[in-house]
Amino acid sequence: MFISDLFEETYFAISANKTRSGLTILGIVIGIGSVIAMISIGQGASGQIQSSIEGLGSNLLTIMPGVVQPGRGIVSSGRGAAETLKNEDIEVLRSIAGVAYISPELQRRFQIVSPAGNNTNSTIIGATAEYPLVKNVSVEQGSFILENQLRSMSRVAVLGPTVAKDLFADSDPIGKTIRINKVNFKVIGVLQAKGGAGFFNPDDIVLVPLTTMQKILAGADFLSTIAISVQEKNLMSQVQDEAVVALSVKHRVDPQNPDFSILSQADILGALTQITDTFTIFLAAVAGISLIVGGIGIMNMMMTTVTERTREIGLRKAIGAKRLDISLQFLAEAVMLTFLGGAVGIILGAGLAYGVTFFTGMATKISLFSIILAFSVSAGIGIAFGYWPAQKAAKLNPIEALRYE
Amino acid sequence: MIEIKNISKIYKTGDVETKALKDISFSIDDGEFVAIMGPSGSGKSTLMHILGCLDAATSGQYFFDGKDVSKFSDDELADIRKEKIGFVFQSFNLLPRTTVLRNVILPLIYANFPREKREEIARNSLLSAGLDEARFNHLSNQLSGGEMQRVAIARALVNDPAIIFADEPTGNLDSKTGELVMETFRKLNKEGRTIVLITHEKYIAENAKRKISIRDGEIIEDIINHH
Ligand SMILES: Nc1ncnc2c1ncn2[C@@H]1O[C@H](COP(=O)(O)OP(=O)(O)OP(=O)(O)O)[C@@H](O)[C@H]1O
Ligand SMILES: [Mg+2]
Repeated sequence: MFISDLFEETYFAISANKTRSGLTILGIVIGIGSVIAMISIGQGASGQIQSSIEGLGSNLLTIMPGVVQPGRGIVSSGRGAAETLKNEDIEVLRSIAGVAYISPELQRRFQIVSPAGNNTNSTIIGATAEYPLVKNVSVEQGSFILENQLRSMSRVAVLGPTVAKDLFADSDPIGKTIRINKVNFKVIGVLQAKGGAGFFNPDDIVLVPLTTMQKILAGADFLSTIAISVQEKNLMSQVQDEAVVALSVKHRVDPQNPDFSILSQADILGALTQITDTFTIFLAAVAGISLIVGGIGIMNMMMTTVTERTREIGLRKAIGAKRLDISLQFLAEAVMLTFLGGAVGIILGAGLAYGVTFFTGMATKISLFSIILAFSVSAGIGIAFGYWPAQKAAKLNPIEALRYE
Repeated sequence: MIEIKNISKIYKTGDVETKALKDISFSIDDGEFVAIMGPSGSGKSTLMHILGCLDAATSGQYFFDGKDVSKFSDDELADIRKEKIGFVFQSFNLLPRTTVLRNVILPLIYANFPREKREEIARNSLLSAGLDEARFNHLSNQLSGGEMQRVAIARALVNDPAIIFADEPTGNLDSKTGELVMETFRKLNKEGRTIVLITHEKYIAENAKRKISIRDGEIIEDIINHH
């Protein structure tokens, strides 16, 4: 039997029974497609969480009052519960080498009312002029809070895009007056949208001068967080250590047991990794199950195909086919079917992933690993269970095979 | 050309043993035209399958061209089948959902016959088996019983075998087309090929030069026809 004949026979055999071939291919397509889609969603989600945390600011250290309990991730320190961070701490931190910018913040939730009477409840952050530099935000319209507005305790506000939309819909908010906690503020700017990070919405905020926040809105002289941006990534841990020492001295507490906590992006990432890991394990389990189900489908189809075709094997042997001819034909068929199904499955899986991104906005990432995994498992099963029963049938003598029911 | 010595075939189905052939011996020379007759269930097909190297006897020896093929491996038997033997099954055994032409070409593929010449040879073979050219590209399962019969005969002829075994080749044909098919076998026999066929009908057996009758797995008569 020539190689060209082998391919021709394979082509004839596959096209002679389109339903059977179609069902076999379908099993492979579903097996491979679902695994690729699952894994791409899982990896896309972890990738998105990671990048949105990095998007919070570059080389960011966050100082919070109270204690962040190790092993339990970030524990809310309770607003006002710990009032250990003060304005004076800023000057101490500024003297540490490697610190680029410092953004002290005091954050509260207040009712906000627009001139038209629309109201919303949002996070009000008292911030300084360095806030945009530390937090990687920029102003889309108008301007940000300036030094002189801080000194004069101006009643001005910069709106996050979500708040701007809630209060003013599509009209221009710049120059309008809003009421925050019954105090009038003039809108001087709107921030550029950052997009949801999944856990909190960085667009749903209002920024006011820190001094205004402390003296007029909150009536408090402490800070809820101090965000520090460090000049270079490799200075992060050094700055973090020095900040602990400097602040402990200032607060007169034991550096081993301070009344504040400093978190880096790595710490936050570490806490969130627990969540993404669980998510990934869940999706991997789903993918594994679909691979098993798909595999059983392929196995089933291949086994019935060969059983059904034992008579054909007998006939081919009767007219002179050797064992090897039969084995090679069925192997070629199994390979052809799994590769056809594999190609379609990869396209389907990628299509599903793109579809998820398109319709839900969830990030997906198609990895070579998932393609190789899904393909090799399905192809392995398809080929093994196409070849092995054919091999068995090829060992029967022609009459036994022809009599097979 | 072929010689069998003390061939027996026992089928076991559960506890039941069927002795299909009981210690049969005979030989057939090159160029003979032999008809095997006998009632249904007498073991004719079983004998043909063993003679055609398709099935193994339970005991006994089988010499094909002087070689003891009862000791041959599966693949060695396949070589004999494709080079020396043409077999027409009682139940045709055509490849379903496959064209007539393709069915006849199939043995040529396993015999590594040059690709270009295959179709022509298959067509000639089909014509000499008496199949209408209009049927050549039909699927095998769309044919009548008589047409399938002729495709099966054409497939047996296509390899230019030295010996042809035909299990009731006229069983599905009316007497006119049956006579046509017998004419084909007579012609093949004149060309020097050995023909062994099974039949129920006396007038078909008259065509043969020799008649072997079996009953209950035993030879009861072996005579030369004098025309
Ligand atoms: N695979 C088998 N298993 C069990 N018994 C079998 C098998 N094949 C044939 N037999 C039995 O062997 C005997 C001979 O069968 P065989 O097919 O050779 O008969 P036959 O002479 O060809 O009959 P017919 O003229 O009806 O074709 C029968 O009794 C049959 O039942
Ligand atoms: Mg029979």
